[in-house]
Amino acid sequence: MAAPTTPAEIGGIGHSVQRKEDARLIEGQGNFLDDIDLPNTLHMAILRSPLAHARINGIDSEAATALDGVVAVVTGDLMDQHGLAWMPTLSGDTQAVLATDKVRYQGQEVAAVIATDPYIATDALELIEVDYEDLPPITTPQQSLEEGAPLIRDEKEGQTDNLAYTWEAGDQGATEEAFAKADRVVTLETHYPRSHPAPLETCGIVADVNSVTGQATIYMTSQAPHAHRTLFAMVAGLPEQNIRIVSPDIGGGFGNKVPIYPGYVVATAASLLIGQPVKWVESRTENLISTGFARDYYMKGELAVTDEGRILGLRVNMLSVQGAFYSDAQPTQFRAGLFHVVTGSYDFGAAHIDCKGAFTNKAPGGVAYRCSFRITEASYLIERLVQNAAYEVGIDPAEMRLRNFIQPEQFPYETATGFVYDSGDYPTALRTALDELCYEDLRREQAEARAEGRLIGIGIAHFTEAVGAGPSRTYDIAGLKMIDSAELRVHPTGKAILKLGVKTQGQGHETTFAQIVAEVLGIPATDIKVEHGDTDHTPYGLGTYASRSTPVGGAATAVVARKLADKSKKIAAHLLEAADEDIELASGVFSVAGSPDRSVTIQDVALAAYTNLPEGMEYGLEDVTYYDPPNLTYPYGSYIVVVEVDPDTGVWQVQRMVALDDCGVRINPMIVEGQICGGLTEGFAMSAMQWITFDEGGNCIGANFMDYLVPTAWETPRFELLATEVPSPHHPIGAKGVGESATVGSPAAFVNAVIDAVAHLGVRNIDMPVLPDRVWAAIEEAS
Amino acid sequence: MEVNITINGSDHASDVEPRTLLVDHIRRTVGLTGTHVGCDTTSCGACTVLMDGKPVKACTVLAAQADGSEVTTVEGLKGADGLHPVQQAFTDDHGLQCGFCTPGMMLVGASLIAENPDPSDDDVRWAISGNLCRCTGYINIVKAIRTAAARVAESSIGS
Ligand code: FES
Ligand code: FES
Repeated sequence: MAAPTTPAEIGGIGHSVQRKEDARLIEGQGNFLDDIDLPNTLHMAILRSPLAHARINGIDSEAATALDGVVAVVTGDLMDQHGLAWMPTLSGDTQAVLATDKVRYQGQEVAAVIATDPYIATDALELIEVDYEDLPPITTPQQSLEEGAPLIRDEKEGQTDNLAYTWEAGDQGATEEAFAKADRVVTLETHYPRSHPAPLETCGIVADVNSVTGQATIYMTSQAPHAHRTLFAMVAGLPEQNIRIVSPDIGGGFGNKVPIYPGYVVATAASLLIGQPVKWVESRTENLISTGFARDYYMKGELAVTDEGRILGLRVNMLSVQGAFYSDAQPTQFRAGLFHVVTGSYDFGAAHIDCKGAFTNKAPGGVAYRCSFRITEASYLIERLVQNAAYEVGIDPAEMRLRNFIQPEQFPYETATGFVYDSGDYPTALRTALDELCYEDLRREQAEARAEGRLIGIGIAHFTEAVGAGPSRTYDIAGLKMIDSAELRVHPTGKAILKLGVKTQGQGHETTFAQIVAEVLGIPATDIKVEHGDTDHTPYGLGTYASRSTPVGGAATAVVARKLADKSKKIAAHLLEAADEDIELASGVFSVAGSPDRSVTIQDVALAAYTNLPEGMEYGLEDVTYYDPPNLTYPYGSYIVVVEVDPDTGVWQVQRMVALDDCGVRINPMIVEGQICGGLTEGFAMSAMQWITFDEGGNCIGANFMDYLVPTAWETPRFELLATEVPSPHHPIGAKGVGESATVGSPAAFVNAVIDAVAHLGVRNIDMPVLPDRVWAAIEEAS
Repeated sequence: MEVNITINGSDHASDVEPRTLLVDHIRRTVGLTGTHVGCDTTSCGACTVLMDGKPVKACTVLAAQADGSEVTTVEGLKGADGLHPVQQAFTDDHGLQCGFCTPGMMLVGASLIAENPDPSDDDVRWAISGNLCRCTGYINIVKAIRTAAARVAESSIGS
């Protein structure tokens, strides 16, 4: 790790500065969505479909409307009168706001009650009678794409089957050639199950539309407030200057708070029609059954390899389960997200991916759950395949990876699917992690244990991520280019305010972004206030997800700080009566080259910016930058997990977990490590216990925290963290982003470890979550 | 119905609907919003408060059941001489990210330390196993609670 260049009092890059946001949060003074209490607020509750697929023959809301305290019952018909029964999705489909014709998944929004009290709103739901006519539910993409399957999207013009989209990438011809040359083909068919980000705070909104002025102030749990403002303007036809989105403190997002959900649209419409603020906060059940699921990919991967263990090519066929509406939150041109990264960390020439998306009677979503758009699925597939290929070829899984790695001197490296990786040293990363575990000794212990009938497994994953979307030439969401911004104002006393287009949900932007400015200008990080989340007070940006805050917003921050440094140097030259080009800036001190005793501080310069300027210069010390990244960034890591599997029960325990991450330059190592520990826990969760599944009737299993198991402190393994630091060559401060690496990389390491424990029996796959009964069954079947 | 609850040392007498949950009473009637709600099945612990010194999930206690008791919420943790050791340790050890679980975690931590001045890693993990965190992976929460315990023990030897 490079040593910090600023002293601790300034707290620039590389210092584990204590977080500024903590002060309010540890005293219960955070301001989360549900804490917002405007005068005359009404409360909304949503009636949801108990059935997965049914025609609505009628809705009787008379009794609900008559209940004391109920102000209105909103149905799809009412929304339809205002042209709002349907809304566009982020993937170019349409989605029902309140159902008018059919319900297409369990939990779909059917009606909403607006009442003076949240308890009354919920009471009234019970009084609404809906006349449903059962239709056959479809829960798998295999059923969905069968000839003659019932049509889910019968309202959609031109839609004659349940196919949502098709997508392919790579070169099919070159891939066929590579496979023809292979000594063997290693195949893995696996399901990456449906999961849910389940941030501890659910989603919510307080819509406050003033019917006289037309001003709409919308408080919402939003990871992307600016994009949401524009989408609200487009969908609801409200003039954008009258819309102010305020995203307050957010209790975790992980992708769940990227889309616009029907509840937001209904609450906003209700506030507009009634003329009072309307609040809606999801219950946990609503959160889990209706908003923002992730994953749900059926993947078949084939790897062409030689007997020496060289990878020649990769072929992938996938079925993506879309739910009833295609509403993946992802860049427009990327129908299966950034799945291209499936070639992983390996140097081979040919790959081809073919993907079909299928409508089912399940909740829509496809959010990137702590993941940069389908990277998690891709990374999981290649790391599982490479591990299995090692078994088939008969070499060690670590050696298999070392033989195929892209070498440090090959960067920038163009993959077979067209991504250009920026930088890395994969062999050093993997070897460092292996050494930490004394890998060879461990393999010996594994063999000894096996001889005693004990099952030890060692699982490796060496992932490469593609984050920081993205360059405007290729990346947009709903037409909006995925740039981001920073505005910096230095006040006369030398204190500063930094305003961001991105928005923290716990990542610590108020601390780390101040550190970037501290690094460049030498203003202590504690003297810099960071503002974000309020669209009236911050410059435009596409928000925080896909690990894009540091790669894009962080770059904008460094660039705007450098612009101010340039102006500051001119002011310093004027104060010091020296030539502009002779001024040097280090840790907030401007000195004249060759005579270091002639100096002024950034605070002197800040005052001069408003009081004493060189001839012809404009007053003030502030600027704004919109940053368009030249490329994505490619963080990577080597994760190794050691497990012991109980052969009698299938229960597995993590013995050790070593995680080496290279995310380029680390702005605040303490915060980076915190992000990694959180991400590893979510990776463990997906591999071990966390999934949303459905019965044949389309009933969601996993609708609350008793069925959807998220790990507690008791189950969560202990992690040992390591780091290397290869900077991104194109990022202004060399940072790559880190928030999602561990969730992306770790599931394969955990699953590979369990497989490794039973691989000698011939087991090559157990689907996630790797539940004890699945392990037990795999052992039984193999032996 | 009339309930009298002492919250963070001040008496709150109010007329509530019998079905009112303690967490809603604290948040909406009394206006202390540091206590959070994260689930509807008593699973997450975001709503944890201390009732007569013991942690309870305030989403599963009726305000009526708390009648006559002393309740401590996160807003009541800080003493006359500054932050509670648990609060200080949470920020020192980076025991919070989004901060949504933090009030509940800190209150469980404070009550654990009051009972067990030297909790082991497993003791802490067991104590907070009714509280979910989606951000931190718990490691720094456990560390913070143990740091706080060590500081309390040290200062009581010193005094
Ligand atoms: S709100 Fe989840 S346990 Fe009380
Ligand atoms: S810090 Fe976010 S849930 Fe614990």
